[in-house]
Amino acid sequence: MSIVLGFVALVAVIALTWLWRQGVAERPWLETGAVTRSPSPGGQPTGRAGLGVFLIVAGGLFALAGSAVTMRMGYADWFEMRLPRVVWAGTALLALSSLALQAAVFAARRGDGPGLARWIGAGAASMAAFLLAQGLAWARMVETGQGLAATPGASFFYLISGLHGLHILGGLVALARVATRLRAGPGAAAPAVALCAIYWHFLLIVWIAMLAILTGWASDAAALCRAILS
Amino acid sequence: MSSVSEDPDTGIPPAEVPDLPPPHAHGFWSRWVFSQDAKYIALQYSGTAIAIGLVALVLSWLIRMQLGFPGVFDFISAEAYYQFITMHGMIMVVYLLTAIFLGGFGNYLIPLMVGARDMVFPFVNMLSFWVYFLAVVVLAASFFAPGGPTGAGWTLYPPQAILSGTPGGTQWGIVLMLVSLILFIIGFTMGGLNYAVTVLQARTRGMTLMRMPLTIWGIFTATVMALLAFPALFVASVMMLFDRLLGTSFFMPALVEMGEQLSYGGGSPIVFQHLFWFFGHPEVYIVALPAFGIVSDLIAVHARKNIFGYRMMVWAIVIIGALSFIVWAHHMYVSGMHPYFGFFFATTTLIIAVPTALKVYNWILTLWRGDIHLTLPMLFALGFIVTFLNGGLTGLFLGNVVVDVPLSDTMFVVAHFHMVMGVAPIMVIYGAIYHWFPLISGRMLSHRMGLIHFWVTFIGAYAIFFPMHYVGLVGVPRRYPDISASFVPDSVATLNAFITVAALTVGAAQMLFLFNVAWSLARGRKAGHNPWRAASLEWQTPEVPPRHGNWGEELPVVYRWAYDYSVPGAPRDYIAQDDPGHRASWSHVP
Repeated sequence: MSIVLGFVALVAVIALTWLWRQGVAERPWLETGAVTRSPSPGGQPTGRAGLGVFLIVAGGLFALAGSAVTMRMGYADWFEMRLPRVVWAGTALLALSSLALQAAVFAARRGDGPGLARWIGAGAASMAAFLLAQGLAWARMVETGQGLAATPGASFFYLISGLHGLHILGGLVALARVATRLRAGPGAAAPAVALCAIYWHFLLIVWIAMLAILTGWASDAAALCRAILS
Repeated sequence: MSSVSEDPDTGIPPAEVPDLPPPHAHGFWSRWVFSQDAKYIALQYSGTAIAIGLVALVLSWLIRMQLGFPGVFDFISAEAYYQFITMHGMIMVVYLLTAIFLGGFGNYLIPLMVGARDMVFPFVNMLSFWVYFLAVVVLAASFFAPGGPTGAGWTLYPPQAILSGTPGGTQWGIVLMLVSLILFIIGFTMGGLNYAVTVLQARTRGMTLMRMPLTIWGIFTATVMALLAFPALFVASVMMLFDRLLGTSFFMPALVEMGEQLSYGGGSPIVFQHLFWFFGHPEVYIVALPAFGIVSDLIAVHARKNIFGYRMMVWAIVIIGALSFIVWAHHMYVSGMHPYFGFFFATTTLIIAVPTALKVYNWILTLWRGDIHLTLPMLFALGFIVTFLNGGLTGLFLGNVVVDVPLSDTMFVVAHFHMVMGVAPIMVIYGAIYHWFPLISGRMLSHRMGLIHFWVTFIGAYAIFFPMHYVGLVGVPRRYPDISASFVPDSVATLNAFITVAALTVGAAQMLFLFNVAWSLARGRKAGHNPWRAASLEWQTPEVPPRHGNWGEELPVVYRWAYDYSVPGAPRDYIAQDDPGHRASWSHVP
């Protein structure tokens, strides 16, 4: 459970820092009258705050799945997974998709309408290609005898890639909604594109973290750190 | 962004979030069914939660009838008994308490108490309720499925939960339960996003965090906790569903069942326990923190006194919320964990008692020399404090490994958690309903019927659960439908019969409450504006009950905290939060 505890600790640090900045040491019984500072410092748009909270929930979900993997790894019958090569090609596509959405954000900031549409299309296409690559990876694993119930590692791979895929589908639906706003001009779509880009980066980071856990790199790195520290 | 410019005299800053009109309903369906008004969604949530809660109440009667008079009721088989306890527990913890505190009170009170027109994502909020409703329907459907609902116990521990020896284990019961939980969590996440982001973003001008009523602090912190904890149950449910339907072995070790080797192998039931309790323990506080917040407000209003130690109360809520994520394994002392882990989790469990005790002291110090009005909300609030204290103290027993091991899985544990997270929060729910019913309906609930309801419920709950501790101390295990032919003394049978009579009586008193609600809706005394003379913002709306959009032309501006009661020099014994006129303040009091 160390992964999820680390995640909760991170959230707690962010939350406590935020609370401190909000003035939780104030004595409200003495402070009567108009408040001259704003109620929500920073003036975060509501959509961005909503996405931030959602990313914490989704991040917690994957941290818990990762924790379950690491707990299961401690048992004697666990052995290292051999993932099909197409997984790595898919990961590259996911990274490209993330870059494309970031390029879309830049295009929206420049007011470049055609560029924005192009980059959104590229982001959606590469993300769809990633999903296709994941499907091929599943098929390849079944062919090589790594079916859903064959090995503990395979079971977790299907579970986690499935959950990740569902999050991607949700993202694609959101991106499609954003694309319908493009007619109103790049300025109108810009805030929503920025939110999609953040979500895309999040999906990339989560996937790389999950791969690191599933392939054992994360535990190797942790063991190395422990060895260095001790 | 701004709809109001800065006032040069007062220095009130402009609104940062635009004051957009909430979505207006145009037809029957969008007004009465798929409403996006948080107040209406709150009533939908509460109504559904209470309806399924009544099922849980009937199940508790059946459980008690079997325990009090074993062998008398032929239709209660051992299998049926397991199904009753499982469904009773799950409904009460998840589908009633969580839903009514966050979906019910959260939806109703957050926008009103922070001075918003509605939740920030009304459409998602509406979806949240309907996904929750679907979850309840799926749960209820399991009563009619082949094999009936699951009888795995509310903790759903594998491997037994999905084996043929457990009712519903290899049939529909467990599948529907897991699907229902998954739906519930999806629905809650949609709602939770709204509750959290509304508090973050949509507070009106002047409503700093430290001016929010403690009710909002409790609901907000519980929401954040739930958003972090429920994914653990989500992951566990999905994994168990995979094990049950797709043959994986996430939680299933190699097993021989009825002489037959099953296809499972290598999985770990302990992984499930970790995931379940990573959700399960914070869940206690997801229910308790809104109760803490609400009871603080009830006490302040009905004792006409500012809450004692507001800052400490806020900090305690946040600290309890944070600590509750590092105590989960105290539910697993008998799972064979390393003794050092037991030591760690016992320590963190006992530490959590410090901020909790601080809250109890502060409630008592708020009451101290207050102008206590023994209204129904106050009676229920007092009932809560006593009950929570009792349940909390037995929690200190069970938090210690050496005490917990012999008491584990006995009726002592059942008595403990019913006191602390059954009776105590329900006392708060009732107190809150008696308190806010005038705001919701414009009418008062009948005081006489309420008094009968309170005293029967309060004394009855003690008649049920106080003796149950002793039943547990003599070693009676939980989850046994009939212990009459075993080692326990005859006095246990007598106590069990007594408890059953008390339980049936308490259940009947709840029918009186429902009648009171129905009667008062039609014939209750008109409440008028702010009948409790409360200072918090929800009572300061232009109309009572508040209309769609809550406020008039302009959003209110807040000038003070929510606890200005009996302020020296003030013309009335309370100063509303949006009252700019009175400069009287506690700073002048030595």
